[in-house]
Amino acid sequence: MTDAMRKRHYSAWSLFREGLRGQRGWTPAWRDRDPKPGYDVVIIGGGGHGLATAYYLAKQHGLKRVALLERGWIGGGNTGRNTTIIRSNYFYPQSAALYDLSVNLYEGLTRELNYNIMFSQRGLIEIAHSEGDLEMMARAANAMRINGIPIELLSREQTLALAPLLDPSPNTRWPVRGALQQRRAGTARHDAVAWGYARAADALGVHIIQNCEVTGFELAAGRIAAVKTSRGTIHAERFGMAVAGSSSAVAKLAGFELPIQSYTLQAMVSEPVKPCLDTIVLSSTNGVYVSQSDKGELVFGGNLDRCPSYMQRGSFRVSQSVIAPLIEMFPAFATLKLMRQWGGVVDTTPDNSPIIGPSPIPGLFLNCGWGTGGFKAIPAGGTLFAHVLATGQHHPLSEPFDLSRFESGELIDEAHAGVVH
Amino acid sequence: MSGPQRVDDSNGNGRDIDRSRRLDFSFDGQAMSGFTGDTIASALLANGVRLVGRSFKYHRPRGIFTAGGEEPNAIVDLRQPQRHDPNTRATIEPLQDAMTIRSTHARGTAQRDRFSFLDRFARFIPAGFYYKTFMWPRFRLYEDSIRALAGIGRVDSNARAPRSRQQFLNVDLCVIGGGPAGITAALAAARSGREVLLVDDQTRLGGSLRWRNAQLDGFPGIEWSAKKGAELRAAGVRILSQTTAVGIYDHNAVVLVEKGLPPAQSANGERLWQVRAGSIILASGAIERPLLFENNDRPGVMLADAVLRYLRSYAVRCGERVVVATSNDSAYEVAHELTAAGAHCVIVDARSHSVLADTARAAGIDVHLGDSIDSALGRPQVEGARLASGTRLEADLIAVSGGWTPLIHLYCHARGKPRWDDRIGALVPGDSVAGLQVAGVANGARTLDEAIEQGSRAGSGAPTALRESSLGSPQPSALSPMQSTDFWGGTPNLQAASGHRRVWVDLQHDVTTKDIELAVRENFASVEHLKRYTTLGMATDQGKTSNVNGLAILAAQTGRGIDAVGVTTFRPPFVPVSLATISSRNLGELQVPVRRLAAENVHREEGAYFREYGDLLRPAWYGRDASAIPRECRQARSGVAVFDASSLGKIEVIGAQAAALLDFIFYTRMSTLAPGRLRYGLALAESGAIFDDGVVLRLAPDHFVVSCSSGHVAAMVAHLEEWRQDRFDLAKVFIHDASAHWATMAVSGPQSKRVVAALDLGIALDDVQLPHMAASAGTFAGRAARVARVSFTGERCYEIAVPARLAADLWHKARAAGAEPIGVETLGVLRAEKGYIFVGQDTDSETMPHDIGMGGARDKRGDAYVGDRSLFTPFAKREGRKQLVGIAAAGLEPIPVGAHALEQANGKRRSVGYVTSSCLSPALDRPIALGLVERGRKRLGEELQFEHLGLRFTGTLVGSCFLDLSGARLHA
Amino acid sequence: MQKFPCPFCGPRADREFRYGGDAGKQRPARDCSDAEWARYRYQRANTRGVARELWLHADGCARWIEIERDTTTHAVIAARPLAP
Repeated sequence: MTDAMRKRHYSAWSLFREGLRGQRGWTPAWRDRDPKPGYDVVIIGGGGHGLATAYYLAKQHGLKRVALLERGWIGGGNTGRNTTIIRSNYFYPQSAALYDLSVNLYEGLTRELNYNIMFSQRGLIEIAHSEGDLEMMARAANAMRINGIPIELLSREQTLALAPLLDPSPNTRWPVRGALQQRRAGTARHDAVAWGYARAADALGVHIIQNCEVTGFELAAGRIAAVKTSRGTIHAERFGMAVAGSSSAVAKLAGFELPIQSYTLQAMVSEPVKPCLDTIVLSSTNGVYVSQSDKGELVFGGNLDRCPSYMQRGSFRVSQSVIAPLIEMFPAFATLKLMRQWGGVVDTTPDNSPIIGPSPIPGLFLNCGWGTGGFKAIPAGGTLFAHVLATGQHHPLSEPFDLSRFESGELIDEAHAGVVH
Repeated sequence: MSGPQRVDDSNGNGRDIDRSRRLDFSFDGQAMSGFTGDTIASALLANGVRLVGRSFKYHRPRGIFTAGGEEPNAIVDLRQPQRHDPNTRATIEPLQDAMTIRSTHARGTAQRDRFSFLDRFARFIPAGFYYKTFMWPRFRLYEDSIRALAGIGRVDSNARAPRSRQQFLNVDLCVIGGGPAGITAALAAARSGREVLLVDDQTRLGGSLRWRNAQLDGFPGIEWSAKKGAELRAAGVRILSQTTAVGIYDHNAVVLVEKGLPPAQSANGERLWQVRAGSIILASGAIERPLLFENNDRPGVMLADAVLRYLRSYAVRCGERVVVATSNDSAYEVAHELTAAGAHCVIVDARSHSVLADTARAAGIDVHLGDSIDSALGRPQVEGARLASGTRLEADLIAVSGGWTPLIHLYCHARGKPRWDDRIGALVPGDSVAGLQVAGVANGARTLDEAIEQGSRAGSGAPTALRESSLGSPQPSALSPMQSTDFWGGTPNLQAASGHRRVWVDLQHDVTTKDIELAVRENFASVEHLKRYTTLGMATDQGKTSNVNGLAILAAQTGRGIDAVGVTTFRPPFVPVSLATISSRNLGELQVPVRRLAAENVHREEGAYFREYGDLLRPAWYGRDASAIPRECRQARSGVAVFDASSLGKIEVIGAQAAALLDFIFYTRMSTLAPGRLRYGLALAESGAIFDDGVVLRLAPDHFVVSCSSGHVAAMVAHLEEWRQDRFDLAKVFIHDASAHWATMAVSGPQSKRVVAALDLGIALDDVQLPHMAASAGTFAGRAARVARVSFTGERCYEIAVPARLAADLWHKARAAGAEPIGVETLGVLRAEKGYIFVGQDTDSETMPHDIGMGGARDKRGDAYVGDRSLFTPFAKREGRKQLVGIAAAGLEPIPVGAHALEQANGKRRSVGYVTSSCLSPALDRPIALGLVERGRKRLGEELQFEHLGLRFTGTLVGSCFLDLSGARLHA
Repeated sequence: MQKFPCPFCGPRADREFRYGGDAGKQRPARDCSDAEWARYRYQRANTRGVARELWLHADGCARWIEIERDTTTHAVIAARPLAP
């Protein structure tokens, strides 16, 4: 490590040193660059996936001329709005491989980025409320185990022991019959993931360009040659778009449509309380999920509001439809208060699986359609998309998610596999 | 110096309390008392309590700071016999008898907090420090300690959800805020004939007129408000007091939370209102802004307006030696009133000049102009102040007024964009929003008269855009500064906020000006990054008293104007709302109503064990436990059984185009069905996957009845309707869901004909007149009944449909004739023995007709039907598709449902399918199963390995029908 | 919380309706290509702006209607029946 790097290295020692110096030695986590006229790769979208891709392009593929364009401030989209759950309990082997790669990368990410993303692997339980639920859960659990993902099926007693505030009464509308558990699942600090990748990418020479909105594309010989932006025209060999909530809008600029429908996903947070929930709890039947952050806030959400929207605004009816089952399952939470409610625009695909790979226009590549499950996949999406952008080819793990699957019908239908996305 | 205390009610102090009604309570174990009308905060102050909690990060002592919902510090744990609230805002919670109140977040009490040592290490734990450490060897090691330090109150594990109330309301106009502008607007609108709702969060109307001196129409403000209240009621305005508007949503939907309901009306005292308003007037006023100086977080530093309010409304004098530090005229009144109540006051005014200075001096109040507080002195609470000029003052209370912040959160909820007004130093509404007007001080009105004028204009439907006051400049009066033009205070004064001092911006989250500097240094310089990195404004007070100061510092640090910095998004709820209130009565069964069979009581009498299938409550078996199932199976196969099949649905499709519609919906052709006959068929989704299966009965050329999977009836109706409306002439085909009109009992078994004969239905039962898959019309108890021979058990079976209210009668008669009851689980075994599928269980989202051996129509039909093209995609045509098969288990135990079939390839395991149904067959006395396995139908006889949660099973693939392959038992 | 003006029932709360995709789609004939079928089944306009949407008034008249609605403001511009 050079002296300059050592100075920039985060550690308890650095806190101590700067504490004595009035915090004067801290440097920008990332630099704001002015756009250059040309790069090797330009990434459109400064959320988790875009930032991770930029980092891996520099780190794993040694690319020196990479730019990331973000129309607002980095991490301001869904990366800054999600409920921070990380897990890989998916049904199909292609999905399991993808999301489990992500969990693996998350496990080492704090060290790799030298940024504490606060990955807390306190496990996840998905509750079965009936015999039918248990049967479907068994089918999913076995699929996951065969996919190499350790999953347990818990009895009623084991489930209640993990989340003691669950209502054990048989008369509740959501009786606890058992649960599916993934112990390696957990939560992380979403802003830290974005900022950690941004800092590391910047250190490797990636140009992070905020307040830069793509307004159009320039083609040459049928290939995307440049993007027109609010800060000038920028050329590159390859362009990658990772713009959750804007995928169809950006695609429209390039002249094509996507099998994507954008909806609002709402999330809510309670006032902070002392620790009372040690694991993440989901119900596949009523769609509600809840965890407790390290600050003590309960973070919870539920099903999509299936009304097309770009407003990022919640609907009170949806808040009610999430909170009522939440306090039915956890009566003790009824005395807590809702502190904040917000929404993000999620891009859903017909099979609840993402789209990675070439777009219909040569030179432009897609990493989109993550729906409600984008945050958990940031490291995997980043590394796979970087591979695609650096080589122009699919990685074996990204190939099943190519856009062409809709034409062949080879969907990876996590939407109906009984998996909560 | 004695600190805060109750004073007498000379000078008209204590307007809101009733000294004749004493209330007893305890705080941190100490017995105290207050009066009816007190808030918890005013009662604590009256008892001399200065320390009410500790700050989040540094555990610094915290005192009551404000008198309203913007309170950042006084969050207490409240217990009463009927309720527990771990995070109560003491400033807005009315005091009640026998309350047990505890400070929160301290380890110990607010007075003695074992974690107060953290403050000494503050420099090593600045904003965002946790991103830079706790990394080695892994975060989990530190996490439990961090979690234990976090959180404010503690959840009570024994708490139960109280039932709250909810009400809906449609109004023409919703006025939010019962201060002078809101009152005026509501009255103007009501008098012009509109239907008005006025919402105010206090117990009585008037807003700040209830504690500020003002003269309106010759009356003191508080009397004017009472008069106006009467006029409003007389004009038909509906007034909701103690009600806070917490959010504005699409199309002028306003959500309100009303408090103070008696327990008989609402278990938690609250009621949720969902209001749809034709238009909204927001007259929510403004809250005061703190000043920035060193140690401005000490207990004993309070907002000046709050100090005045505690005095006037609750007769609590918050200090004896008071420094009133201000940037505007509004605080002068505070000094005057405190002096009249026996305090010694000094005014420190940052401006070089004020028209009110002379009056103050004449009243014995020292005025330091052109000066400001540099530092608060004393620990743990305020003992004095050091001014920028160097002067030191003794004080037990520092009342601060750094300006005013309009409460425009709801305007922002409605997607309004605020703008910074440099003249008054405040964020005010910017662009206009359809259907919403802002009026009064919330809109930046600079005098009381202007506020009232805006209210009047808004109520009459005229615009209220902020403009130069046309009312001239009235003479400001020290005693009624709202009527002066200089109560706003301008852009925040950052003079004392620089250097190496610790100056607080967010009191609850311990965010200081140094944290903002640090954030900017590290390039978290956009307003959203600043907020998230420092957590400024993300505490339970949602940044109400910290927001603008934070923006001003950010602007100064980044060399921009405040307008360029922008604002973070304000999100609902405006104040935190109890989860129980949001759910109101939507608890228990009201969340997802259970659907029930018409004959449910009869089944209960029979000793049925019920289960919910989907949301339908049905008998699983009859008897104490599942050992009833084999007994029921044997009965069904050897004797006669009766089964309640009412849930299968009866969807009538009627009209000249009915046959064509069914041919489009069903993969199996139905138009060739003869009247009086039934046909089993599949309906596909457009993906080609099986959507449902069902039996169609044709009554007449233009009249069909469709039954489908139980629990799927509504979806099938919707499916039929969708295509009917898309492709057919609405005058030529109609869908009528008659499911609720009918009850259907299935009588099944070799002896079933005898039982059906005994039911006396008036139909011929010989197999020529009523063969399998045919139906006849009959009567039961004088009403029309229908009998269809269709079987899901594989035995001879008669489905008898009667009007639903005769369900019990039919059941009893069948039982009397000797039929034994069988439940859903038994039916599951019987049909599994025959290989009859349950769609959604034995099929998944990919299963197509040719996967279950029904590829005929796919090959033969050329006309259009739902899903047709999907049956010929590469995916549909590929080898290795999962196909329905039977599985004969090798051992004595059934292979568990959900077990996967395995294939080994290149040393890796791969799933090639799974078990979908599995049971011990009583008829065959061995375990049988159904499943979906790749190329299953091509490898019958092959033995496969199955895995379930680490356990291994062996099974042989066989045909899916285990019993009576020829179907002879249907006619036996 | 939106209010939709059902042409048959008048203005009703959004909870009574179900979204049904883009308006104006034509179902291709059976002999269409895989690509054309995929376009019909999966492609979406997903308009950021004024969109033409199919909605079912499920808890009311059970009629499918077309609503023209701005997805960035939720302003409803028009609502019309599909079939006369």
